[in-house]
Amino acid sequence: MEFPLDLLLNAIVAGILLGGFYAAVSVGLSISFGMLDIVNIAHPAFIILGAFVAYLANTTIGADPIVTTVVLSPAFFALGAAIYQVYYLSFEKRGHESLRSLAFFFGLMFITEVSLLLVFGVDYRTVQAAYIGPSLALGGVGLPLRLFVPCLVSIAMVVLLQVFLQKTFTGRCILAVAQNQVALQLMGADPIRIRRIAFGLSIATAAIAGAFLITIQPVEPSIGRDYIGRVFAVCVLGGMGSLPGTLLAAVILGVAESFTATFYGPSWAPAVSFGILLLTLACRPAGLLGR
Amino acid sequence: MSPTAFLAAAAAVAVAVFVAATTVGNEYVYFAGYTVLQYIVLATAWNILGGYTGYVNFGSAGFFAIGAYTTVVIYKTLQLPLLVAIPLCGLTTAILGLGMGYLTLRLRGVFFAIATLAMAIVLHTLIVNWPFVGGARGVYIIRPRDVAFFDGYMQFLFAVMLALAVIAVWIARLVERSRLGRGLAAIRDDELAAECAGVPTLKLKLISTTLSGFLMGVAGAPFPYYVTYVDPNGAFNLAYAVNSIAMPLIGGMTSWAGPLIGAILLGTLQQVATVTISSALSLLIVGVLLVLFVTLAPNGLVGLFAALSQRRRHG
Repeated sequence: MEFPLDLLLNAIVAGILLGGFYAAVSVGLSISFGMLDIVNIAHPAFIILGAFVAYLANTTIGADPIVTTVVLSPAFFALGAAIYQVYYLSFEKRGHESLRSLAFFFGLMFITEVSLLLVFGVDYRTVQAAYIGPSLALGGVGLPLRLFVPCLVSIAMVVLLQVFLQKTFTGRCILAVAQNQVALQLMGADPIRIRRIAFGLSIATAAIAGAFLITIQPVEPSIGRDYIGRVFAVCVLGGMGSLPGTLLAAVILGVAESFTATFYGPSWAPAVSFGILLLTLACRPAGLLGR
Repeated sequence: MSPTAFLAAAAAVAVAVFVAATTVGNEYVYFAGYTVLQYIVLATAWNILGGYTGYVNFGSAGFFAIGAYTTVVIYKTLQLPLLVAIPLCGLTTAILGLGMGYLTLRLRGVFFAIATLAMAIVLHTLIVNWPFVGGARGVYIIRPRDVAFFDGYMQFLFAVMLALAVIAVWIARLVERSRLGRGLAAIRDDELAAECAGVPTLKLKLISTTLSGFLMGVAGAPFPYYVTYVDPNGAFNLAYAVNSIAMPLIGGMTSWAGPLIGAILLGTLQQVATVTISSALSLLIVGVLLVLFVTLAPNGLVGLFAALSQRRRHG
């Protein structure tokens, strides 16, 4: 097969932009799954929830979708903290976690999806914003703003989180809770509180990623399933709990998907992430930048 | 009760159910009953791997759909009757299950669960991109006009599913009370310790995934004849995956009775809710019940009953 140059360039640029967005989608899972060992399969469901909150604010009062979710992120943080509390009381405290907690999050995902379906129906929803529509052109390569803006904000978010994790006391505690809970307790920090904060953060990032999602493409409630594979693929490929790894893996996935969609057709794109996931699990379970 | 006696008893119950269904004199009984019975097979199949062995399979919908699509392929090529097609469908998904079993070599616990989810989506994508079985558009199946001994095709499908449910529950009970079942329980409790104690873990896990896969494919095999129109979104429906996990969890995962009770209760509840309220709401009920049970009653209904009777015994 012949690859025309401008098509190739466009595919690469679109892939990198998509990758920036995937980083925002997966960074929360890198925190909950990678650092806290909480297998939150419902992560994509919270992304969709964020998307619909952005949709509501946009259609009723005309608010910018991204600004809306950033402003409302404390509410999502609280939601995440509450879910962690239930998780802690029913699974971590009792000791037998893995199988039932998986089912717990699977159920949460299902409840969120069906509730959104009951409220909003199966129609695809879109938002209005100034940066949706126009596109910059750099010598034959299109740079659609609806992808570019989320990509920039997303990278800013990941960098900010990384700085928070490395420079602040709470952030360092989150990194420590992933390594040794008892040692953390000896340092005078309450691991449950730290984990609650971290899980709250992960849900807040998911909601912000939801605003990106609805700027990039129309959203309907069951679209979240397509993201289960992506978030876990990025999380595992990047190396569990490594934010730079998450960013790198997200860009790799974005480019791979963009290539597949450009040269083989969009209907094959969902298989890309799971292909990457299965390959990583089989060949290098520690991921690219894993410990 | 010996396995043969149990099979005889289960068959007697099945015949009684069938006779009771015929007395209603309404086709819809078969239609609704078929769904509940299908869930008995699916939940029992899931429980052989999930409940007995402790490996969570999120890909039930994938196995179910591959079973259904094998029927479609057989229908379009060899045109064999359904009763011949069912074991072939089971064979296809048994091979799939065997492949999944080899995943457990490297992947434990959570990663295995995610890999099964991945497998279901990859299979979904393959089917969407395979025009021969209808691709994303779906495919129509024409039922034979009538079958011998039965009063209409729907009644026949109901009877077939009833027989499959009896076989599935019988197999599950057989596994549970055999050396195999004890080996699987050892894997569930502590795989490393089981390996050290001389349990051939890989062999047992492969048997477990293959058997579970076989039964799931069998559950999906009559599906094309039941709906007469198969499309990927219908066959790979997430509801199958959720139900096949929720039913054993709500019923109780350590015995054959758990998935059976769970499937009958939840399946009937969904049928009633679908008819009286709406199908979306009936799915919501399943999700809420699943979350409530895993947080509040981790051992399911069977566990609740056991705890109650124990309390009564101790005064």
